[in-house]
Amino acid sequence: MPTLETTFAGIPCMNPFWLASAPPTNCGEQIMRAFDAGWGGAVWKTIGEPITNVSSRYSSIDWNGQRMMGLNNIELISDRPIEVNLREISEVKRRYPKHVVIASLMVESNRQAWHDIVQRAEDAGADGLELNFGCPHGMSERGMGAAVGQVPEYCGQITEWVKEKARTPVIVKMTPNISDIRMPARAAKLGGADALSAINTINSITGIDLNTLEPRPNVDGKSSHGGYCGPAVKPIALNMVQQIMSDKQSALPMSAIGGIGSWQDAAEFILLGAGTVQVCTAVMHYGYRIVEDMSDGLLAWMRKMGFETLDDFRGVTLPKVTDWKHLNLNYKIVARIHEDLCIGCELCYTACWDGAHQCIHLDRAMAEPNISRTPAMVTAESLGRISSTPIAKLDLNGAGELGAQRTPLARIPRVDEHECVGCNLCSLVCPVPDCITMERIDNDIPSETWDERMSTGTVKAAAHSGKKH
Amino acid sequence: MTEPTNFFSQAPYAPDLAERFPDLHPPLSRSAALTEANRCLYCFDAPCTAACPTHIDVPRFIKKIASGNLEGSAKTILDANILGASCSRACPVDVLCEGACVMHRYNKQPIEIARLQRFAMDELHESGAPLPFVPGVETGKSVALIGGGPASLACAAELRRRGVRAEIYDARPLPGGLNTYGVAEYKLPLAESLREIDLLAQLGVEFHFNTPVDVAMLAELEAKHDAIFLGVGLGAIHQLGIAGESLPGVNNALDYIADYKSGKLTSAPKRVAVIGAGNTAIDAANASVRLGAIEVHMIYRRGPDQMSAFAFEYEHAKQEGVKFLWHVQPVAIHGNGTVEALELARLEATSDGSLVVQPGTNFELSLDMVILAVGQSTHTNFLQDGKVKLERGHILIDRITGQTSHPKYFAGGDCTNGGREVVDAVADGKRAGIGIAAWLEGQNANA
Repeated sequence: MPTLETTFAGIPCMNPFWLASAPPTNCGEQIMRAFDAGWGGAVWKTIGEPITNVSSRYSSIDWNGQRMMGLNNIELISDRPIEVNLREISEVKRRYPKHVVIASLMVESNRQAWHDIVQRAEDAGADGLELNFGCPHGMSERGMGAAVGQVPEYCGQITEWVKEKARTPVIVKMTPNISDIRMPARAAKLGGADALSAINTINSITGIDLNTLEPRPNVDGKSSHGGYCGPAVKPIALNMVQQIMSDKQSALPMSAIGGIGSWQDAAEFILLGAGTVQVCTAVMHYGYRIVEDMSDGLLAWMRKMGFETLDDFRGVTLPKVTDWKHLNLNYKIVARIHEDLCIGCELCYTACWDGAHQCIHLDRAMAEPNISRTPAMVTAESLGRISSTPIAKLDLNGAGELGAQRTPLARIPRVDEHECVGCNLCSLVCPVPDCITMERIDNDIPSETWDERMSTGTVKAAAHSGKKH
Repeated sequence: MTEPTNFFSQAPYAPDLAERFPDLHPPLSRSAALTEANRCLYCFDAPCTAACPTHIDVPRFIKKIASGNLEGSAKTILDANILGASCSRACPVDVLCEGACVMHRYNKQPIEIARLQRFAMDELHESGAPLPFVPGVETGKSVALIGGGPASLACAAELRRRGVRAEIYDARPLPGGLNTYGVAEYKLPLAESLREIDLLAQLGVEFHFNTPVDVAMLAELEAKHDAIFLGVGLGAIHQLGIAGESLPGVNNALDYIADYKSGKLTSAPKRVAVIGAGNTAIDAANASVRLGAIEVHMIYRRGPDQMSAFAFEYEHAKQEGVKFLWHVQPVAIHGNGTVEALELARLEATSDGSLVVQPGTNFELSLDMVILAVGQSTHTNFLQDGKVKLERGHILIDRITGQTSHPKYFAGGDCTNGGREVVDAVADGKRAGIGIAAWLEGQNANA
């Protein structure tokens, strides 16, 4: 039986699922309910001098009828007194000694203030500390949060101050609002950080109300850029986690954050080297109960893959992410449309013509291949065709022609494999799983990368400019 | 000379009608419409569009519902089909757009195109916005349209959009033909048909009601107008030619449906038999149930496989509690002063498909009412011999332009196709409207 138990920067964890420092970890009562639901740990909503929040605070991006593809917030750190948060940390740890409680901290950038808050958080019983160098709104205007994370020197300096005092592991939370996340990560590592967490939220404006012309979230007619999170940011987070974990000067135990809401998301971050994962938006959307399937699904996948522990697959995919110049230029795949699965929506056809390389054609029912028939010609032919309501007695074949169970051959697109560049687009837009597969063409040409071509002198960097980008 | 165009307010008072005939397919709420709209795959060269006789760009209007552009959605529908609201309710979508939906081959649940279309049209009507089209620049040409049903209405709309005057002559007191008087109320309420025609009237279509056209009047119209559109539909329902057919209590399906829809008839007797097994027969049988009949039989000479009603109509009738008597033929209607019984003989199909009465099998069905629904005759006797070419009573047309053998005469709808759906008539009328305008322009060029 596989296990989800793991150790993160020396902290024993019953599972890798932590709640990120955010509204779901605002108080002890919430965190205890979360632990009851199955969360292995929680990073307390950032503790510091209490702030005053605005209302409203959140806004979101919906997509094709689905709510909250991305969420944005302009909420600040905890608005509760430090002593109340610390008292509740003690209570939670007393009642849930095996669960991980991390104190997220943010105070003004002076050594004594950091020493004091570190001491108090650890005295309260926190298992570790997370330094919030990522908050992108409000706090950054006061010289804290992302204002620290964006300047590697500050990042390293404060980490050093904290490490002077800390007895528990110190996790530095990184901001993605920076050109190269490895710079502050290296500084944190040099400053003595025990672990990193990434990413914090991304600077964003979620939208504008088209009736009032006011931005969202609306605070008395105005708004401010907020932190973007949720499913939409996962690819950005995966990239940043990979950048840090592939960089020897940055790599540390990683608590990954960014759009995680399912066991698949968790598995992907762990494959790129994460030790634990932190979740916020998915819980804000659906509640603590989602952790059940995150655990259950991850264990089932591990069983299927033959992994006993998280360490068995942690970082396994990292070496497979490389620079473009190391990719095999002679690897060739083409799209294959499986006629028996095709439902005839022709989305691959229109995508290939308008968005790719014009190599999918609607000519299966024609006497010979026809690659010059354009989409406009196809629609014009259909609109010119007279159709009428089939009546069984009068149109014996009417129902047959419309027969919904079989896709007419004329509607099943054909890939011109000679012209197909193997871009994947058709298989991405196809609504039917496995209907379009990308298949390798064995061309017997040995692997060759751009880097190799450059080093062997096959091409000269300056002379070459691709016609398509 | 043009009569007032607030037809909706002229809908006859028909108490209890809405309760007895609630929507078979209830409207979608805004949130349900949005969810359903987002399910649409947005097919390229979509099969639903190809299957629709008027070629409504279905994915486009659905996408506009999803994007919140409801005005654009209604305009997309109306641009292809000026009776988009009626068709969203009356169309047999199982064999049209929804029948062609690729979802049948995917997750088995086609997109609810008809209900989405109704949603878009309801929203337009509720907004009180005018028809999103304006009449074309007046050309000085005019067309008389005979019959005020869907074919003429669609033709008139195309003509007006091209600046041609359109005058509709109809024998009834209200416009719409079978769209108003002949579609089961649980599909398309009479008032809804009128509401839609009100919009159309904004294009400047002129109406002449209670004006049947005979040979003399046709000659007058031909002289006065630049072209004639024949959208006269079909004639009376066939008689059976059996004894007792003139007894009180013998009705025909079209009058029966028109009477209950316009409130003239508000209840049905206990025992009703409907002769025939087409879609209209089923509408009449279901109406009898809704109007209070206890026992409703449908009488058909052949079996369920041969009935001309759509399969879903057959299923609906069974759900309403209608009973079917297959392989029987009416022999006589008996009664003392009014209908009391229908005498039936059993039939057997021979190897060549013809039906033979089985001697000695006659039996009687006790009844209070007989409704005939055995097909309609043609209505072309006002066309003098040879004016336009007919085939078995149906007017022959060029399907692209609607032009008949007489170049000045165009035609469409049931009088040309033998009796199909509202949407087929709209498509015919639309093609003819475009055809007439093009022909008139050609005449101009030649002149």
